[in-house]
Amino acid sequence: MSDFLPSSIQLGYLVAASLFIVGLKQLGSPATARQGNVLAAIGMFIAIAGTLLEKQVVSYELITVGIIIGSILGTIMAKTVAMTDMPQMVGLLNGFGGAASALVAVGEFWRYLSIPQSPTPDATITILLGVLIGGITFTGSLVAFAKLQELLPGAPISFPLQQPFNALLAIALLVGSGYMLFHPEDVPVFLALVAISNILGIMFVLPIGGGDMPVVVSLLNSYSGIAASVAGFILMNNMLIIAGALVGASGIILTQIMCKAMNRSISSVLFGAFGGGGGGVTAAGVAGGAIDKTVHSINIEESAMMLGYARSVVIIPGYGMAVAQAQHAVRELADGLEKMGVDVKYAIHPVAGRMPGHMNVLLAEANVPYPQLYDMDDINPQFDETDVALVIGANDVVNPAARHDKASPIYGMPILDVDKAKHTIVIKRGMSAGFSGVDNELFYKDKTMMLFGSAKDVVAKLVAEVKQL
Amino acid sequence: MAEGLIAGLVVFTLASFVGFEVINKVPPTLHTPLMSGSNAISGIAVLGAILISGKGNVTVTSILGTIAIALATINVVAGFLVTDRMLQMFKKKEVKA
Repeated sequence: MSDFLPSSIQLGYLVAASLFIVGLKQLGSPATARQGNVLAAIGMFIAIAGTLLEKQVVSYELITVGIIIGSILGTIMAKTVAMTDMPQMVGLLNGFGGAASALVAVGEFWRYLSIPQSPTPDATITILLGVLIGGITFTGSLVAFAKLQELLPGAPISFPLQQPFNALLAIALLVGSGYMLFHPEDVPVFLALVAISNILGIMFVLPIGGGDMPVVVSLLNSYSGIAASVAGFILMNNMLIIAGALVGASGIILTQIMCKAMNRSISSVLFGAFGGGGGGVTAAGVAGGAIDKTVHSINIEESAMMLGYARSVVIIPGYGMAVAQAQHAVRELADGLEKMGVDVKYAIHPVAGRMPGHMNVLLAEANVPYPQLYDMDDINPQFDETDVALVIGANDVVNPAARHDKASPIYGMPILDVDKAKHTIVIKRGMSAGFSGVDNELFYKDKTMMLFGSAKDVVAKLVAEVKQL
Repeated sequence: MAEGLIAGLVVFTLASFVGFEVINKVPPTLHTPLMSGSNAISGIAVLGAILISGKGNVTVTSILGTIAIALATINVVAGFLVTDRMLQMFKKKEVKA
């Protein structure tokens, strides 16, 4: 069909695809990222404009309605979302993309019903694939959204006979798809396959714990791209195939990075039982930490003194800091310390936050200059020379048990070596095991001082105290 | 049709390789904007939705297509705008630093 299309539209697609590639490339560097995003948006505009000129598009009423509704809702969402809620937002948007691709597949199936000829086996296969991947992306993203938004419990959800049930679904899907190849216009079977695809998406994300959400969001991002690609196969449109493949690739790369940061294989995230909030409650973890249970606590004045007269301070922000909305206070504290001549750096663990790079965005929102943010690999060798490591609302990512305690559920996960600093101050609400359920032996070390209280209050008081030094 | 499928597979595979090459080695600072930006690109499904819903008469297909247009447009518009909002925050820092 593409042979008949005016070549100018095809050339427009070529320009759009090039803009996507250049845009993505520029998104990879802080200096050019914003321009890259604009280029990609221009590419999208050209692609949409080109499609509107396609010969087969003759009526614009419905299209206009859809685009207006989508633009209004999209703008509202983008302008109002809080930066802490970015993971949910991206999760939800992945779902919309997946749903759109699935709807294209379903719509194409219905078009075949209204014309004399039946779909060829090729067409049936691509339509079913579109329904499957789009459906999984859609419902999987909705479940991920619900978990991140805490509408559903973050812990893995399982029920009896889960595995057999999933296997049954998979078999039904294969049998149904096989049947469709020979009876390509069977509506009840098709609808059943649509339903199964959607249920599979739910079943896929339900058993995955809140701590593994960065992996899931990345993976669903990849799926939403692949779903768009499949829609391109259905409609024989190269633009969709290319753009979808680019997104699919970027999602897979981010998924790999996240898995590496948690020392988990992708299969253990998807199929493993372990996964509750980045830790998983096991008896072994608690037993492993049962050493000397003395905690050294410290008050605000002493902490301010230690920080103010240190030469170098490394701040380790965790999701707890973000939840408490303490990032602005933290930045004020860093400013105050810098005025006193302290060298302040931030150490960012790759899975700090709920999606890749989330913590960086939160700190950027609080006006923290990004050259002060250090990745795990860059900052770890520097802890030996650090006077004070200030841990705010982070737990598992600074637990030394991950390095040596084979019994601990987080064993093997790369961590920030804050215990190597001369002193460590941990700001924490209390001594409860908290989010992950894994006891943290860092809290019992001689060099570690616990500063109890809510992150926002404590940091605000520290700011005031440091000013008086 | 099978030929079309294979041609599509060629394009898909090559584009995937380009994607891997282009996106590899992105600093962690930019992971979130990269994800929301690429997320916006996945809203390209809007093209498919336009193609199936603009055929003239109102059918099941065109209604489904319209819903798909709305969803995909949300994805595109929100994705690009929120990415810009985030990158703007990084930008400010650059001037200051």
